[in-house]
Amino acid sequence: MSHEYEIIIGLEVHAELQTKSKIFCSCPNSFGQKPNTNVCPVCLGLPGSLPVFNESALDLALKAALALNCEISTFSRFDRKNYFYPDLPKAYQISQYDFPVARNGYLDVVKEGETIRRIRIDRLHLEEDAGKLQHDPSGSSSYVDFNRCGVPLMEIVSAPDLRSPEEARLYLESLKRILLYTGTSDCKMEEGSLRCDANISLRPVGSKEFGAKVEIKNMNSFKAVQKGLEYEVYRQEKLLREGERVYQETRRWFEEQGITLEMRGKEEEKDYRYFPEPDLPPLNITAERVRKIRELLPELPVQRASRYIEEYQLTPYQAEVITSSQGLADFFEETLKGYRDAQKVSNWLLGDVLKLVNEQGGEIGVLSFQPVHLAELLSLLDEGVISGRTAKEVLEETFQTGKAPREVVQAKGLVQISDEKSLLNVIDKVLAENKGAVEDYTSGNKKALAFLVGSTMKHTKGQANPQLVQQLLRQRLDG
Amino acid sequence: MSVSRKEVEYVASLARLDLLPEEKESITQQFNVILDYIQRLKELNLSGVEPTTHVQQLKNVFREDRSEEKGRELLPEVLEEAPDSARGLFKVPPVIEEES
Amino acid sequence: MDYYKMSAAEAAGALQNKEVTSQELTASVLRRIGEVEEEIQGFITLLDENETLLEAEKIDKARASGESLSLLAGVPMALKDNLCTRGIPTTCASKILRKYRPPYDAHVVEKLKETGTVLVGKANLDEFAMGSSTENSAYYTTRNPWDTTRVPGGSSGGSAALVAAGEVFFALGSDTGGSVRQPASLCGVVGLKPTYGLVSRYGLIAFASSLDQIGPLTRDIRDCALVMDVIAGHDPRDSTSVPREKENYTDYLGRDVKGLKVALPRDYFEEGINAEVKKVVMEAVRKCSGLGMEIEEVSMPYTSCALPAYYLVATAEASSNLARYDGVQYGYRAAEAKNLLSLYKKTRNEGFGPEVKRRIMLGTYSLSSGYYDAYYLQSLKARTLIREDFQKVFENYDFIVTPTSPTVAFKAGEKTDDPLTMYLSDICTITANLAGVPAISIPCGFVDGMPVGLQVLGRPFDEGRIFQFCYALESLLGVRNQLPEVNVKRGG
Ligand SMILES: [Zn+2]
Repeated sequence: MSHEYEIIIGLEVHAELQTKSKIFCSCPNSFGQKPNTNVCPVCLGLPGSLPVFNESALDLALKAALALNCEISTFSRFDRKNYFYPDLPKAYQISQYDFPVARNGYLDVVKEGETIRRIRIDRLHLEEDAGKLQHDPSGSSSYVDFNRCGVPLMEIVSAPDLRSPEEARLYLESLKRILLYTGTSDCKMEEGSLRCDANISLRPVGSKEFGAKVEIKNMNSFKAVQKGLEYEVYRQEKLLREGERVYQETRRWFEEQGITLEMRGKEEEKDYRYFPEPDLPPLNITAERVRKIRELLPELPVQRASRYIEEYQLTPYQAEVITSSQGLADFFEETLKGYRDAQKVSNWLLGDVLKLVNEQGGEIGVLSFQPVHLAELLSLLDEGVISGRTAKEVLEETFQTGKAPREVVQAKGLVQISDEKSLLNVIDKVLAENKGAVEDYTSGNKKALAFLVGSTMKHTKGQANPQLVQQLLRQRLDG
Repeated sequence: MSVSRKEVEYVASLARLDLLPEEKESITQQFNVILDYIQRLKELNLSGVEPTTHVQQLKNVFREDRSEEKGRELLPEVLEEAPDSARGLFKVPPVIEEES
Repeated sequence: MDYYKMSAAEAAGALQNKEVTSQELTASVLRRIGEVEEEIQGFITLLDENETLLEAEKIDKARASGESLSLLAGVPMALKDNLCTRGIPTTCASKILRKYRPPYDAHVVEKLKETGTVLVGKANLDEFAMGSSTENSAYYTTRNPWDTTRVPGGSSGGSAALVAAGEVFFALGSDTGGSVRQPASLCGVVGLKPTYGLVSRYGLIAFASSLDQIGPLTRDIRDCALVMDVIAGHDPRDSTSVPREKENYTDYLGRDVKGLKVALPRDYFEEGINAEVKKVVMEAVRKCSGLGMEIEEVSMPYTSCALPAYYLVATAEASSNLARYDGVQYGYRAAEAKNLLSLYKKTRNEGFGPEVKRRIMLGTYSLSSGYYDAYYLQSLKARTLIREDFQKVFENYDFIVTPTSPTVAFKAGEKTDDPLTMYLSDICTITANLAGVPAISIPCGFVDGMPVGLQVLGRPFDEGRIFQFCYALESLLGVRNQLPEVNVKRGG
């Protein structure tokens, strides 16, 4: 990337709130139902129907807002945003315009455990989601499914503080962590419960004025956001270099082609004619409500990570990965209650445990593999009851069956052979069978010892204590 | 203050009304009569007056977050009213808007 | 027997005393409809007679089996055709909702069903309740039963005419700027616009959400109180419905009014008020002193900005409320639209009548960028001043009395070409909607054989005392449940 132009990016994130029912009616807030079956007169916008605001939607939005260090508005209200589109049954969206529930927050963007930048959040407001359109491949018709209408959304608008496409992606990752932590949104981009539009402009380095702002839509993953913005940087930079103009417009990201193209039609009118929603009385968000929600706020990922570094001497990288999900971090802390060595827990957790979790495709904490299991496994290792290799086997078994590691070790006869007498029998056999190696060893090739340890382990099917085997072999050979 | 025919056309496009030429003409005229009458408001000193968006003092009217399924029962009646539908979906002409 | 001539309370009493059955009441009303409806044209949808009678029979059976029934059980009535009725066409007198059958009942419809009233049909109105004469109905103009060359007023003109002509015992209307009171006045019946938030708007097809209220049109004050007993009360489905203890409005009837204070705002007796109308209203007011009430003139200086403020607020909200009629989900869809934009534009242009389009245009204009502050925001501020005018008067007075309409019913076609003159016929009624206060129109006399209405406004939620006052006044004036002779075309 050149140093001629400064990149200015702002993100608008829409996150569905995890309520039980929709924002203005009692239809379930659920995904994947048969078209137009999760609807009622209110979310269908039928003539005569009226909205009633779901209190949980407010509380979840406030929780997210507090986690994003926002100021909560004492006075807030809903407004109507008027525009025509077939997925919007009332032809207006109930949203918030000049009195959002929260403003002026910030989010610390984290990269490999280090906070790299503080990004300001302009506002956080509530609104209702629209339905979904399906298009006939022949282009002759479109079809509307209103199921998603009225799902509660919060829109989180960042200030134009992001300075690179990578930063934009990292911002989203940090934001997602916070929303997951606070339990406000499940952030499933593939199901559309988290969506992101970006505004990007370039300006000559040192310039104070903003360049023409281009809005990019349809980026359906964090990677797509980065790639879309990277393409846009390239495109705008090329135009500017060639002395051409960048037009303010809305462009759509095409993932397969890896390009953005101007969107026609839909955005021609930005005259939304906002006005206060007469069907909904305003909100007075009391200090008492805010206090109660603040009490429910969990320790957030950034705080948690720095505590891990401080308290457990984890590396920033370890701390970031462990705190990337609340479930993982909880698992980590829970394990430490039964086993002290945080470094070992972290190594196992980030290594073999996560590998198995990913293979099983589940979520840590909800699988049958529990923190007590990991603590027990590590203790068995320390006690010398099992070898590292056996431990991996036990781990897998516990993952499959949910049986405690001690039980697995007993049942499968995996207890390490630490009995010198029986080991010496095996060793004598091994020495007799490997005369060549013995000679190599005595003639000074110390690597032959490793071979002999390996052979002994093989004979015991890995159940021998390797330290003990080595010690006994030396006694025999050197003695 | 008077409204031009061009403004009337812009407003009509915002409101998605395909007004006939004579409708545009008469609405432009009537607009000017009505807006002239509305000028009375301008004679008031409204600085410092709070706008009334809701006549009541109601605040924080909430619904408890409980869900109830109604859709399946409702669907047949709703679809019967649809001008065009297929497979339980509302059918519309292609969403490709012409530039006007 | 011409049972239809009874008031709803009288009919209910006769039902309770088993002097008459609901089927007999219904049959009487249906006969009356058969005689006069062709002339009046108050209904948009008249339900199948046999089914209506069957409903009445159900109530009769329930009564015969000793079930305890509500007072109005078995009394035939009509609903303005902007109140949703499940499975029954609800058209708003618009082409865009022709044949539209809602999948649910409005809150008030549920209440009336629970009570056991018998729905006879859906009443005509100005399209989407926008108008003062029913001439904006996409179907036909309802005629004033007192003179069928004249309009019944509007927008609840169908409801008012049906009650006045004896085609139903009572009806519900909706009032955004006088749409219950003005037709009540012009047809010589009682019409109440309740306090904003007293009656749930759930299922009332919105015109201007911050102004709309549902209200009864009845033959006298007692009937009005009886209907309010049924429809008033908190409904959690309407966020603007006020949670408060339910009152028994009929309890207020007959209480002494001595010492209550009436304000007479001179601002309502100036601009465009017909001299004869003013005279009749003033005579009625003078009689109030005979009831031991104090009457004083007051000034409400911001009255003159009510009409412009009203038209801005109402049209802005309407432009948004009526945006949903786009031919996608229900109602009229224009043929041969090759793409979505043309579908929208054609459907809406063909589906809405001229007055509705005019108001959508005005509302869209006043909300559009660049004009919001100059028009819409100004109107909200003016609304504050109008509210304060009321608050000040109600600090010292219990009621405000004004004419309901500046004139008696005008001839059909007289004002259709001039929207502003038509708007001026709402001049006395719109303030109550802007301020959210209750207001009633009661008949107080005649000019040239046409009824004149007197409007009483009260403090928010003071409907009970409005009934108390009006009941006393009604007895004093001797003007109640007066049915005109309709020029009936008899025989074949
Ligand atoms: Zn719903």
